[in-house]
Amino acid sequence: MTTFLGMPTASPTVHLRTGESFPDAARTGLADSQQRHNLRVATTTIREKRAGVVAELDDWEQLRAAGAAIKDATLAELPDHLERFEAAVTERGGTVHWARDGDEANAIVTRLIQATGETDVVKVKSMATEEIGLNEALATAGITATETDLAELIVQLGDDRPSHILVPAIHRNRSEIRDIFRDHMDDVDPGLTNDPEALAGAARLYLRRRFLSAKVAISGANFGVAETGTLCVLESEGNGRMCLTLPRTLITVMGIEKLVPTWRDLEVFLQLLPRSSTGERMNPYTSMWTGATEGQDFHVVLLDNGRTATLADPHGRSALRCIRCSACLNVCPVYERAGGHAYGSVYPGPIGAVLSPQLTGVKDNPSLPFASSLCGACYDVCPVAIDIPTMLVHLRAEVVAAKREEHRVPTAEAASMTAAAWTMTSRRRWTAALRSLSLGRVARRMPALPPPLSSWARSRDLPQMPRETLRDWWVREGSDVPPAAPEEDA
Amino acid sequence: MNARETILQRVRTALADRPAAPPVVRDYHRAGSRLADVDVFAERVADYRATVHRCGASVVQERLSDILRARSITEIVVPQGFPAEWVPTVRTADEPVSVEELDRISAVLTTCSLGIEQTGTIVLDAGPGQGPRVLTLVPDYHLVVVREDQVVAAVPDAVAALDATRPQTWISGPSATSDIELQRVEGVHGPRTLDVLLVASA
Amino acid sequence: MRIALFATCLVDGLFPEVGKATVTVLRRLGHQVVFPMEQTCCGQMHVNTGYPREALPLVRRYADTFEPYDAIVTPSGSCAGAIRHQHAQVARQFGDDALVDRVEAVAARSYELSELLVDVLGVTDVGASYPHRVTYHPTCHSLRILRVGDRPLRLLRAVDGIDLVELPQAQTCCGFGGTFALKNSETSTAMLADKMRAIQSTGAQMCAATDASCLMHIGGGMSRLDVGTETVHLAQILASTKDAR
Repeated sequence: MTTFLGMPTASPTVHLRTGESFPDAARTGLADSQQRHNLRVATTTIREKRAGVVAELDDWEQLRAAGAAIKDATLAELPDHLERFEAAVTERGGTVHWARDGDEANAIVTRLIQATGETDVVKVKSMATEEIGLNEALATAGITATETDLAELIVQLGDDRPSHILVPAIHRNRSEIRDIFRDHMDDVDPGLTNDPEALAGAARLYLRRRFLSAKVAISGANFGVAETGTLCVLESEGNGRMCLTLPRTLITVMGIEKLVPTWRDLEVFLQLLPRSSTGERMNPYTSMWTGATEGQDFHVVLLDNGRTATLADPHGRSALRCIRCSACLNVCPVYERAGGHAYGSVYPGPIGAVLSPQLTGVKDNPSLPFASSLCGACYDVCPVAIDIPTMLVHLRAEVVAAKREEHRVPTAEAASMTAAAWTMTSRRRWTAALRSLSLGRVARRMPALPPPLSSWARSRDLPQMPRETLRDWWVREGSDVPPAAPEEDA
Repeated sequence: MNARETILQRVRTALADRPAAPPVVRDYHRAGSRLADVDVFAERVADYRATVHRCGASVVQERLSDILRARSITEIVVPQGFPAEWVPTVRTADEPVSVEELDRISAVLTTCSLGIEQTGTIVLDAGPGQGPRVLTLVPDYHLVVVREDQVVAAVPDAVAALDATRPQTWISGPSATSDIELQRVEGVHGPRTLDVLLVASA
Repeated sequence: MRIALFATCLVDGLFPEVGKATVTVLRRLGHQVVFPMEQTCCGQMHVNTGYPREALPLVRRYADTFEPYDAIVTPSGSCAGAIRHQHAQVARQFGDDALVDRVEAVAARSYELSELLVDVLGVTDVGASYPHRVTYHPTCHSLRILRVGDRPLRLLRAVDGIDLVELPQAQTCCGFGGTFALKNSETSTAMLADKMRAIQSTGAQMCAATDASCLMHIGGGMSRLDVGTETVHLAQILASTKDAR
């Protein structure tokens, strides 16, 4: 029984999965020309900014390698670091809670808020709480959680879903945001324009009194330092500072993979993260606090929720290096066209395509590992060098293996892959297959190409079939042609 | 087993293949690699649309007073420990004790713990003259004095110089957001105006 | 030098002209080319679709077929990338250590065409002539797995009479991605549409690349839209001479 309880476990959380497959879900985004325009403009802007500030550092590759190594080293000795972190936080007056999954984390946070007697809380944008659906859980308990990050607020007011890790409302342009504010913000100036400064000003006014009256705040954390118990939040607007400093009670929900061993390790990540995420040398505000800083009642909830299942896969665990910068989303050609909602998880884009199926198990997210052309742009920009394309390929094999286990009869794809391999392991069979191709007897008699060719032909012509294969040409005349004498004087 | 034991056991089980912790090669520019260039610091702070003023050590008080006068600021909060000889000639107020008081003040003047040249960052760690973290957050105007000898070259120098356990706020320009079409807009919740006085070493 | 040609399954069956062009260029430079008849496919499609077990015999077959040769050339950045970076992984995954050593050794002697020409043979001017306006699409795997850098461009710049124009957003994927183009056909088509728009904006008559697969995708889209721009493999440009026209 003990062994069973201690087995790495996938996450049951619904915010990491959808019943819909990626190709089906992508259709909506692909058809939304406004969203595609918004995403193209935004991702092009951020790509250029990132490239500019990364080029400023002549030691970027060294920082990147160090970042990857620090994260891997932390994961390799994670139990020690978790215990050290817990001891350090406790020593400085904070309280550490442990949550096996999202439901348990939600229950802990609900209980802590109820103990204060408050029913309104403010929140700093946090992927961990997004992942576990904390806001919905709190609403069930009669607690209203107000998102204070501008983009999260846009999503919350618009009753929308986040579509990007860093900028959850990236799919909205300024005019759409103006409309959301006009329709859903009480006391908003009806003459509000779509000028970004005016929009930011409206958010400032709307949230100001909520900040000043809030008694409880909830945050995530970008990093937790095991040796000191220090927590770190990077942000831009000051909403994070408001939440982290004004309320009497602060509850931080943090994945167990967010630790770094030492304070000094932050010298690497505080260079990698801002340049990779917002394309700035440094984000406007970074807050760091240790335990019950400045008299607050401080709680931190350490969250598993599928992370141990991810850690258990030696070929997949490097996904836990992720520092949620979203650089991979911003360079991904698939993300740019399909949009974040197509991924059906709070983690969209290339990292989402590996992380979501790892957290839930591939059976629950079988289409995500295939939602990539394997172009490799994500790997190039990843500040902690996660080889996303290789991991996608690894997960594709897991999906195929899971399907094999499920069905006794091979799928049509598996059958054609087996047939292709069978054809390709014999010169005779291969030559015959190629000849049948060159004679124009396509579709039905092409054992080497898997179905469905129809989806290809919807938007692209098939190539003209050659009269003769290369090997037949070679036999006919290629091998007889002697090499030309090297040109002495052309 | 409780949640704590279960998670720790799960982690140990997950690491059953005993992956080796890779060596962390720190061949990037470490603390002490080079000296800070205060001119670059000034440029990078200004890049974020903070306004940078510079002066000699003997005229700090006058310059602070001038800066505030130019902004039409007639009252400013000055936290404990701020150098007495620098206190400007406008009306000064003590640190407010409640949120309501805090919300009524519009301007704050502080020192800092250090500045980072490479990123144009100013770090406050609640030391003398800096006040608690909220003090430089709620007012719409923040004027901060940075001595040139407080400017370090890069992030590793800052991390080496700072005490992890002190409450820290790293500030790079005024409050900003990139949430609308990923374009930076200054001024959301924190101070919308950040003025910096960079004081030459005596 | 005696060079073995690994044509790739796609070139062997669908684009023999690319293979012939590769032979032509190398012969013109005075090298002997051989085409081992046992060759079939590098197995990348199987690996990338989730069928590494089916790829294993293909990985072994590649090593068996090309082990005797000192230099192997393939007119595909993607297949060269698979050979260089995937073959050993597959062998390792199935615990075949002897095969790991063999495929690593063969992979070290396997080159994409521009790598062979520039790095091994030390030429950038191969004596080609191609009086057309051409834009070059750097394929993802040649760019980011093989890291061929500007080698293809250096070869193209040395071609007599060529009008080489820069492709906007050149490094963005065309949307092919092997079975991605079938499994996520609509997203792939959206990526292709943007690539075609970029190509058209250059006014080029020809779009060149180092991979027949990506060219099949781009060419298939342009043919469907009847835009008048055609695709051409780097080898075909390098094989062209004044005499041949």
